[in-house]
Amino acid sequence: MFAKRGWDTAIIALTIVVLIVASGTVDNFASSQNFGFLVLDLLPIALVALPMTYIIVTGEIDLSVASTLGLSSAVMGSLWNAGLSIETIIPLCLLLGAILGAVNGLFVTVLGLPSLAVTIGTLALYRGLAFVVLGDGAVADFPAVYTDWVTGGSPIPNVLYLIIVLAIAFGLVLHATPIGRNLYAVGASEQAARFAGVRPGRTKFWLYVVSGAVAGLAGVLWTLRYSSARADNGAGLELAVVAAVLLGGVSIFGGRGTLPGVLAGVVLLASLQNALRLSDVSNEALNVVTGALLIISVLAPNAVQKLIQRRHRLLLPERTNAS
Amino acid sequence: MTYRSRSLATVAVFALAVTACGGTTKESTANQNTAAPTTSQVTADPNAPLKEGLKIAFLPKQLNNPYTDVEVGGGKIAVGEVKGEYKLVGPNDASASSQVSYINTLIQQQQNVIAVAANDPNAVCPSLNQARKAGIKVVSFDSDASKTCRDAFINQATTQGIGESLAKMANELAGGSGEIAVLSATPNATNQNAWIEVLKKELAKPENAKLKLVKVAYGNDDDQKSFQEAQGLLSSYPNLKVIVSPTTVGIAAASRYVSASSYKGKVAITGLGLPNQMRQYVKDGTVKKFALWNPADIGYLAAYAGAALSSGQITGAEGEKFKAGKLGEYTVGKDGEIVLGPPTEFTAANIDQFDF
Repeated sequence: MFAKRGWDTAIIALTIVVLIVASGTVDNFASSQNFGFLVLDLLPIALVALPMTYIIVTGEIDLSVASTLGLSSAVMGSLWNAGLSIETIIPLCLLLGAILGAVNGLFVTVLGLPSLAVTIGTLALYRGLAFVVLGDGAVADFPAVYTDWVTGGSPIPNVLYLIIVLAIAFGLVLHATPIGRNLYAVGASEQAARFAGVRPGRTKFWLYVVSGAVAGLAGVLWTLRYSSARADNGAGLELAVVAAVLLGGVSIFGGRGTLPGVLAGVVLLASLQNALRLSDVSNEALNVVTGALLIISVLAPNAVQKLIQRRHRLLLPERTNAS
Repeated sequence: MTYRSRSLATVAVFALAVTACGGTTKESTANQNTAAPTTSQVTADPNAPLKEGLKIAFLPKQLNNPYTDVEVGGGKIAVGEVKGEYKLVGPNDASASSQVSYINTLIQQQQNVIAVAANDPNAVCPSLNQARKAGIKVVSFDSDASKTCRDAFINQATTQGIGESLAKMANELAGGSGEIAVLSATPNATNQNAWIEVLKKELAKPENAKLKLVKVAYGNDDDQKSFQEAQGLLSSYPNLKVIVSPTTVGIAAASRYVSASSYKGKVAITGLGLPNQMRQYVKDGTVKKFALWNPADIGYLAAYAGAALSSGQITGAEGEKFKAGKLGEYTVGKDGEIVLGPPTEFTAANIDQFDF
């Protein structure tokens, strides 16, 4: 049990250490304004990482999230131009996200295609549609009440409440309900889960719907944060999200990982970037640091497990032979 | 199934209800957003001394781009001249929102001036206005941010200036009379068409009366298509004297074709081009002269404008004047726009001084 929990505990500890060290050594890191910027920077990654954690726990992946975000943003812009009210547009964008997620879900579950292939396909497809909808233009004149709410709030940024509420909800479902246990079961062994009465196909389908809807919401918030609806919004975000989830200790092979670990991963990546930029570290060095961190995060848990297995084998040679 | 259809119906009804209620639409907010944030009204003091030790940061569209490197290189020289502290930051990708985190960082670092080439005029706005609230002067260069969120904009050249320069070079190269043709980018490229319009107006003037524009061809900013269009122009118009190509792709492709054909020395190529792309054609005599703004001067002027703003010499209001080192005196135009000046002409005599 402890071995399983080791990595995310380590990441949470490391995140706390980085936050303390940065507050002490980097000028202005601990200012309330910078805290607001930090929260805004990690907002889209944190949101999309919540359903992504579920999906990766079941052993699948969703690489289309950033394109869904972009399409949601593009649709938001063109509906706004068409004169619809923002209160209508926002639920429509969430609905659109859910539909795009359902398309992924259908391909993965009904047709049984590998999620990696499906979502790489829809990554290109949804981004392409975004450009069909809005071209390379931008829509900017969103109501100040909404844009101010997203960027505002001091010392605690408004959007932080949203992240916290959603994170608690996703955390409770994953770690304290039968739904969560089923997800781990599916990720550990789909066959076994099926015998235990779980319906992996149906479960996965709804996960993609939720992932799409959250990406749609992230598209809305992204648009309001930058007061700019564009088809290229969020390009490349899927990699940052997957990176944060893996760094947080979720196994890419499914069945393992915790939500607090993932959130720590998100905070660690964002605050490292923020602190390094404030200390005038070049982009290139920054990429090297985050890249190295990710490789370690994928290698280290596996290496630890191999070590444990080997020790077991050394201690109990007869049992290994007997099996 | 019934459960699912019921929930779908709920969503639909909800959406309809929200629509029916009206709410915040583009029309209802049309007037709210146009108002510029009120900045404290200070009057400019043209005789104020330039402050020393100003922290001037450059945030171009993207780092590691040769054109950008030359621009900010000019900025660095100017910051040195005003005895300030130069800083260069920027994203590796030219995406709309990646610049925002850099602006936020610069606010934290309490810079005095941010010189920014905006990837998206609006996405950078909230952050730039936060910077201005913190007392930072914002100068946009090359690619403007929305005018409600910067103090001044360094424009490389006006449409009029470029059109005039194209007409002047065509006249010189044609020797005052003869057929000329234009090789443009795409038929709907806004800036290209605006320049060609000015060119046409210039051609209507008496001093250009003997020049005849025979055709405007389009190479779609594609090297191969531009090459073929140049070829087509020369075979359809045997008396053609000059091809004017106001696009860097077109002028390079046309020069490549002419330099290797029997037209070399008989037909002149001119327009807007990059010195590094055009150097060999200038050296082998295919191209006598072409033009482009000097990117180093854009950065140089941006730094001086920022220093003048930060020292209180100007506030960004129309008609204010300030000195920009070797470039001389500049006047702030409408909406805080400062025009660098007419494009720089490149010839065999000066091309080796430029590397971009």
